[in-house]
Amino acid sequence: MQIYLPIAEVSVNAFLLLGLGGMVGVLSGMFGVGGGFLMTPLLFFIGIPPAIAVATEANQIVASSFSGVLAHFRRRSVDFKMGTVLLIGGLFGAAIGVVVFNYLKSMGQVDLLVRLCYVVFLGIIGSLMFVESLRAIQRSRSNVKVSFKRKQRNWVHTLPFKMRFRTSGLYISAIPPLIIGVAVGVLAAIMGVGGGFVMVPAMIYILGMPTKVVVGTSLFQIIFVTAFTTLLHATTNYTVDMVLAVLLLVGGVIGAQIGAQVGARLKAEQLRILLALLVLMVCGKLGLDLLMEPAELYSIASGAGH
Amino acid sequence: MTRLGWLLAVFCLALPVQAEDVVLGLSKDRVAITATFDGSEILVFGAVKRETVIPKTPLHVIVTIAGPYKPIVVRRKDKRFGIWINTESTKIEAAPSFYAVATSAPWDEVITKSQDVAYQVSVAQAIQARQTTHADAEQERFTQAVIRIRTDENLYQLLENKVTIDEQTLFRTSIEMPANLTEGSYDTRILLTRNGAVISTLNTEIDVRKVGLERFLFSLSREQPLIYGLLSLAIAIFAGWGASGLFSALRRS
Repeated sequence: MQIYLPIAEVSVNAFLLLGLGGMVGVLSGMFGVGGGFLMTPLLFFIGIPPAIAVATEANQIVASSFSGVLAHFRRRSVDFKMGTVLLIGGLFGAAIGVVVFNYLKSMGQVDLLVRLCYVVFLGIIGSLMFVESLRAIQRSRSNVKVSFKRKQRNWVHTLPFKMRFRTSGLYISAIPPLIIGVAVGVLAAIMGVGGGFVMVPAMIYILGMPTKVVVGTSLFQIIFVTAFTTLLHATTNYTVDMVLAVLLLVGGVIGAQIGAQVGARLKAEQLRILLALLVLMVCGKLGLDLLMEPAELYSIASGAGH
Repeated sequence: MTRLGWLLAVFCLALPVQAEDVVLGLSKDRVAITATFDGSEILVFGAVKRETVIPKTPLHVIVTIAGPYKPIVVRRKDKRFGIWINTESTKIEAAPSFYAVATSAPWDEVITKSQDVAYQVSVAQAIQARQTTHADAEQERFTQAVIRIRTDENLYQLLENKVTIDEQTLFRTSIEMPANLTEGSYDTRILLTRNGAVISTLNTEIDVRKVGLERFLFSLSREQPLIYGLLSLAIAIFAGWGASGLFSALRRS
């Protein structure tokens, strides 16, 4: 069934969108990732204009993060104070990101920026995940237990403006979480992602937060940053397509719940290798598009307004 | 009589009495873009009204449908630092979002070059006539690119031999409009030609509008973007909360 998207002004198959939402939802439920970094490039591939894909995906992430954070509320695994500090940085970052996005849009370089960001980040994350899960498989085969020691004191502890974060059991400066928040906000606005894939490692390895509060706290921050990004895109660019968002999130939230059930029953390492390969494939496709001579060198953009 | 009235009267008298006129019918004069819109086919038919005998030279009919004219920016990619990025760009002040031309014979037979320029029948002339600056060779390449891209997307169509004429009097054609239409009034013209010269024209409009939900969402997003944004968020939060609640209820049961 074809559906005409009122803002994107293209007609797409509704079941294709539901299916994509569901597929990415299953993956995100299985691996505990937001899925924005897979969904946005997939939307490019099916012909949704990048500006619309990025803005609409931010809206969809609000739904999937909200669905996820409720479980963490019940388990009390959200550090609200840390979340709020990350959020203040995130709102600044999102505002900067939207300004950069709009400036490059007027220059005609926004597609390039979004694609380059994707190639770089998907490349890094995909390779890291691939290497890490290969090691994990080797470890489980040789059956040697490796214990990670977290550094008790690093450069983070030498900065001023110290705050106490009770839930995380930390007494650290507010500057590193603010900077992390800004970086994630910029990514959310430019790439249409939640930024969990950057924030979660940063919270563990830079801030030294306990793993059990990391996911809940990052989801808490992501909801507000992506909500803010959605509003900024909706009011400055008019690029949020509600019909597209609804189709994606219906598929997405159902898929995520199924994925969470499936993920609990499968071997984590093999799954992670598959996800890593998938991420690298999407990265490779986007990279090739930039490297190979396009069939059509010219492109048309609206000349009104901007 | 006012001066304007005199001018009009003189102008009307100066016009030659048209020997042949078009009487037109359309299968529909409005296209509604609904949520399930998947393109539309418009049947254009009509007759030639004349009081004299049919001239010897063959009659040809050209039908054009033009979507709203909008300014566009055209960009060209070049290889820089090993990757393909947009470099050169040019602004085209007005290009139709949709343009279909149907003719009753091959293009060169139905209209001469100078008549095409005068009446802006082909899409290239329609774009050219709306430029305030004179086009150089570079500008011309960008205009050609627009026509090529939009022809590939089925937005610009040249349909030669697609108008059927019976007895030099009745004519009909059908024009396919693709699913990715923009809103606006679509200027529809019928031109009668003999020996490549235009002898009569008729203008009408086809109204293309988003209706229902599409109309509501589009207007809201432009007129009340903040409310639109908040509504999108409310739907997102409700869906997220609903899914979470539904599935935990299912698991408990």
